[in-house]
Amino acid sequence: MTESLSRPVAVVSWASFETPSEPARNEVEMLLPVISEALGNVGLTQQDIGFTVSGSSDYLQGFPFAFVGALDAVGAWPPIRESHVEMDGAFALYEAVEVLRHGIVGVDTALVYAFARPSRGELDRTLSLQLDPYAVAPLWPDARGLAGLQAQAMRDSGRYPDVPDVPPTVVADGAVAVVLAVGDRARELTPTPAWIRGIDHRIEAPALGARDLTSSSSTRTAAANAGASGADSAWLHVLYPHQEHLLREALGLNGQQVDCAAGPMMAGGLARFAAAAAGIASGQSRRAVVHATSGPCLQQNLVALLEGDAA
Amino acid sequence: MIPDVLVADHAIEYTYTRSTGPVIGAFLTGLRDKQIRGIRGVDGRVLVPPAEYDPVTSADLTELGDVADVGVVKTWSWNETPLAGQPLDRPFAWALIQLDGADTGMLAAVDAGSPAGMRTGLRVKAQWADERVGSIRDLVCFVPEGDA
Amino acid sequence: MTEPVTMVDTPIRLDYSYTPGVASSRFLRSLERGEIVGQRCPRCHKVYVPPRGACSMCGVATEEELTLTGKGTVTTFCITNVPSPGLVPPYVTAWIRLDGADITSMFLVQECEPADVRLGMRVEPVWVEESEREANMGNIRYFRPTGEPDASYDDYKDYI
Repeated sequence: MTESLSRPVAVVSWASFETPSEPARNEVEMLLPVISEALGNVGLTQQDIGFTVSGSSDYLQGFPFAFVGALDAVGAWPPIRESHVEMDGAFALYEAVEVLRHGIVGVDTALVYAFARPSRGELDRTLSLQLDPYAVAPLWPDARGLAGLQAQAMRDSGRYPDVPDVPPTVVADGAVAVVLAVGDRARELTPTPAWIRGIDHRIEAPALGARDLTSSSSTRTAAANAGASGADSAWLHVLYPHQEHLLREALGLNGQQVDCAAGPMMAGGLARFAAAAAGIASGQSRRAVVHATSGPCLQQNLVALLEGDAA
Repeated sequence: MIPDVLVADHAIEYTYTRSTGPVIGAFLTGLRDKQIRGIRGVDGRVLVPPAEYDPVTSADLTELGDVADVGVVKTWSWNETPLAGQPLDRPFAWALIQLDGADTGMLAAVDAGSPAGMRTGLRVKAQWADERVGSIRDLVCFVPEGDA
Repeated sequence: MTEPVTMVDTPIRLDYSYTPGVASSRFLRSLERGEIVGQRCPRCHKVYVPPRGACSMCGVATEEELTLTGKGTVTTFCITNVPSPGLVPPYVTAWIRLDGADITSMFLVQECEPADVRLGMRVEPVWVEESEREANMGNIRYFRPTGEPDASYDDYKDYI
């Protein structure tokens, strides 16, 4: 979206939980304290929330419509305005921003949450199900192997001779919740709102071989559409170390403070929004680029520009 | 302290049968006959596997054509511990292979023995299953051309 | 084998080491002891059986546990006339509101003629032998009539 947001939307609160392997609690039990903390930080209850949206993957939980069961952690009574994306929570946040800026009467806050517990399954195999179901997924390519194709292509290009090897796939369980609010409502809730000045996400072709794996064109386009320039900090969603090089180049980073993290599966991108908003609230950053990714080899990328009131 | 939670083995299976459509159907029909097919994109590139829609413009693509079952490794990664369902049960390389006559890389396994046997630019040849049914698995893997 | 390919099998199998969570584990352990344990919401005081650790209406954690008698009331039911694995038609599946619970659960109703099953009928669980019990729902084989007078409509009208 190239026009400025018609109603200013800000991140006003957040909470997160991450662990390599949650031994006991199920997804709802993991989410409850996180949502409760995010709402409680700004004195809200679910009844105050105008729009609720989540990001998760039923394949990771191992049963269909698991995302519906997760609503137990929200309290969907009386019936709430609610949605879900089968993607990282950062992409659910995009939907929430769109809903808030539309100016629906009575909708001036949103709760975005995301969660996964991949430690209970076979993450590398599960992720292969997001690939072309005819010519690729039947080979069960592991996420780490595909990431390795990108790292090798970068080395072969001569432009990135030093990219590191691909480490084992990070498996992290966890949950993240972010509260958004519009305009004056955001200022009521916090003295340090992190305004989302621009946000966009772009996707590249599903065929790995048809893409240039040594450049992140979707990140570049999303950043341009989000107006993500002139930032003093960048919060990148990096699943494998070589990806940082591509993202730095696509975002034109040079001298900014750069913070990279993978975070919990399905929630790591949303956690980047929380981290950037925390950086703005603490005064560490005034103008922050936030990035989230999904799909193999940086196939889908979301970029946003967050700004504090002081910027 | 970890509460006394129950743990159980749990498997989910989805026994999907998918309709192929004309483009993927032609590709899989070709594989059954040991023939790899691609499709010409709007920019003139021959895409393998064939795409139904152009990856850049999304235009309908229809111009199918045959490519060779030999080609060159464009990039690769070593898989030391194959997972269930993967093409080979011994260590192998994942590779994007640009077949002669094609302009894009196709994902496949290369049975190269060890990482020392792999490099970008390596010439490889397809190894076909004895019994072919019209599936990507009809193409078992590739091997270095000298080994074929 | 000359017909063009129009369909392709793409079987998927994923394996998990599944855990049901803290609340459900405690519930399933209670079944192993021959008890039915629910949880009460601290806010709206509704009692959930099986408990999932949260009140789905309030969105708050549930911690207070209580043991139910197991007796309940049929709030609606269905007579099935087609066979199902392990079941001989006609058989009755019913939503049962356990005494003290605020949600209904689905169980079989047996030891009576299907035609005699009715809304408001009082029922109780029939457990598998103690030596054969495991931590799962299979411990309750089915529900059977208690012979008590039917519950009044007002007792269960909010659960239909």
